[in-house]
Amino acid sequence: METFVQQILNGLVLGSMYALVALGYTMVYGVLNLINFAHGDVLMIGAMVGLSILHALESHFPGLPGYLQLAIAILGAIPVAMLVNMLIERIAYRRLRNAPRLAPLITAIGVSILLQTFVMAMPFWGRNPLPFPQVLPSEPIMIGGAMISQTQVLLLALAASAMFALVLLVERTKMGRAMRAVAENPRVAGLMGVDSNRVIVATFAIGAALAAVAGVMWGANYATISFTMGVLPGLKAFCAAVLGGIGNIYGAMIGGLLLGIIEALGAGYIGDATGGLLGSHYQDIFAFVVLILVLTVRPSGIMGERVADRA
Amino acid sequence: MSLITFDLQHQPAKARINMALLLVLMIAFPFFASQYGNSWVRIIDLALLYIMLALGLNIVVGFAGLLDLGYIAFFAVGAYLTGLFASPQFAALLESLVYNYPALGEWLVSLFGEDIRQNGIHLSVWVVVPLAALVAAFFGALLGAPTLKLRGDYLAIVTLGFGEIIRIFMNNLIEPINFTNGPQGINMVDPIRIFGVSLAGEAGSQSTVYIGGYGMPSVNAYYFLFLALCIATIFITSRLQHSRLGRAWVAIREDEIAAKAMGINTRNVKLLAFSMGASFGGVAGAMFGAFQGFVSPESFSLTESIAVLAMVVLGGIGHIPGVVLGGVLLAALPEILRHVVEPAQIALFGEKLVEAEVLRQALYGLALVLIMLVRPAGLWPSPNKEDRPNAALARDEEEAAA
Repeated sequence: METFVQQILNGLVLGSMYALVALGYTMVYGVLNLINFAHGDVLMIGAMVGLSILHALESHFPGLPGYLQLAIAILGAIPVAMLVNMLIERIAYRRLRNAPRLAPLITAIGVSILLQTFVMAMPFWGRNPLPFPQVLPSEPIMIGGAMISQTQVLLLALAASAMFALVLLVERTKMGRAMRAVAENPRVAGLMGVDSNRVIVATFAIGAALAAVAGVMWGANYATISFTMGVLPGLKAFCAAVLGGIGNIYGAMIGGLLLGIIEALGAGYIGDATGGLLGSHYQDIFAFVVLILVLTVRPSGIMGERVADRA
Repeated sequence: MSLITFDLQHQPAKARINMALLLVLMIAFPFFASQYGNSWVRIIDLALLYIMLALGLNIVVGFAGLLDLGYIAFFAVGAYLTGLFASPQFAALLESLVYNYPALGEWLVSLFGEDIRQNGIHLSVWVVVPLAALVAAFFGALLGAPTLKLRGDYLAIVTLGFGEIIRIFMNNLIEPINFTNGPQGINMVDPIRIFGVSLAGEAGSQSTVYIGGYGMPSVNAYYFLFLALCIATIFITSRLQHSRLGRAWVAIREDEIAAKAMGINTRNVKLLAFSMGASFGGVAGAMFGAFQGFVSPESFSLTESIAVLAMVVLGGIGHIPGVVLGGVLLAALPEILRHVVEPAQIALFGEKLVEAEVLRQALYGLALVLIMLVRPAGLWPSPNKEDRPNAALARDEEEAAA
């Protein structure tokens, strides 16, 4: 039972990071029908910038409280990630907006490689895994026999509030309405006076902000980051977005959390379930199995409706 | 009409002369290059393997228009198969099997004889290579089956996930039964032995291969083998392209629904694309394993899949000479950069500012982005308009003009 509670907690932590990244995928897919392959690397950029900010704070303002340091790191990482993602949109995707879908997909892969190369080439980041400073107190909080660290609690709170803010933005503001309109039908939205370019740029920016939060918290939670760290979370978050129903922001949240829990429970019980044949290091397989299952059984995902030509 | 043409349909005479000239150049190459050191020939050996891979991927991406981002998995399957059946690794597998499942293990021992307990299995290249092609083709179909209904971007993600899954298995299939030896990989893979001649050279010959009294460095021997395989691959894929099957692939690429309406069995034809593409990857993998002498999961990362894709995209999706050009450029350039840029930096600035590995990756990334933005049909697109992937890549000219 304790394992169960612990794995559910781990799953929620992991899942809330997936959800934050999945939102970026799903929103871009909603307005452009495009998989922004480089989104996982935006998360990585966020984590790298966060790391550099933490290092700078440590050398210039030692003794700041941990929560404040982390808050500054996140607030600093967000605009950089936003800028990077907006640049990606401008350079790699905008010219290909009316091109057949294979073309932007291939540029997206190229951009992803270029971002990784950029980080690898920077002398202060480089190609080796970097330790991420642990600024929050390390004593864990016990819940029903299960442990959760303060970083993880903060992560859950941040993810919840970011998602809440996003829902407010999409449902209550003029920009949100414009986004929904473009997602529904870009051409008609244009006729109604929506500047679709602005909406698309805003979508990329919002997605990047969420990814930056996830990136810094990923570093804080796992204590090491590297230039390839974005690939797997990016892929899995995409799986989560598909699981929830791509294009649907509530779907991305549910899909992210669900995938996190599936992974955590899977990792916790796969050893017993297969009689020791497979161990917890097969954790990474679940996301892809889920993806293939969802795409074959219910391509619209949990929340999605319109699929006719999607899958 | 371009000066260099390999277009047998429109300019057969010119194309044949060009091919003959190129062949002579290719055969002469190692004799010149090995004077500047075997490492140059070795680079080209690996480049030839990459060209084989790119040609195999071109079947899937170029002909059938299915974006496969996990292609390196088939390369891995071929390499690991060689590792398992042509090295002492099988002895380790058997040991773990006897320990965990004594009945099955003992049965295998009684089947193959006591000898494999010590030495493992050492199958001949004539068995391993067809086996690698078959098993890779099977994996290709395995990947194809659940993805048949998917198009474009979803397919890309699923294939990418497939590549990752294979890599996870390579890393972890060490316990309880030791198939892959985990992250350390499999060592001491047998070199290729053709008609009794080992291409790594006999023991004590300082890796010189003697064929009928004539000796040459081992890398040159491998060069000729890989060259022959590349030519065979080019021949097979170009015959495939103009076959009934090849035309069915192109039809699916351009418009799947219309292809179906014309009576093409899209399911079987797509599965064939996956498995035929995969079998070339498997053969290349088997060669790679034997050439290197070891296989480890590192060689089969996502970056390698993307590198092969970049070769296909750079040269010209669907155009075989273009794909070969892309393969040559992207496989050889980074190595040349490694040999030129790093010493140049040290000479100029006294230290290494940019590593060659960084340049290599940057090259792949730039190739993908710039080609798609500037010249989506590739550096050397097919002269025949109907061979270029229109629906998949380039905008319709009328649409662009409007």
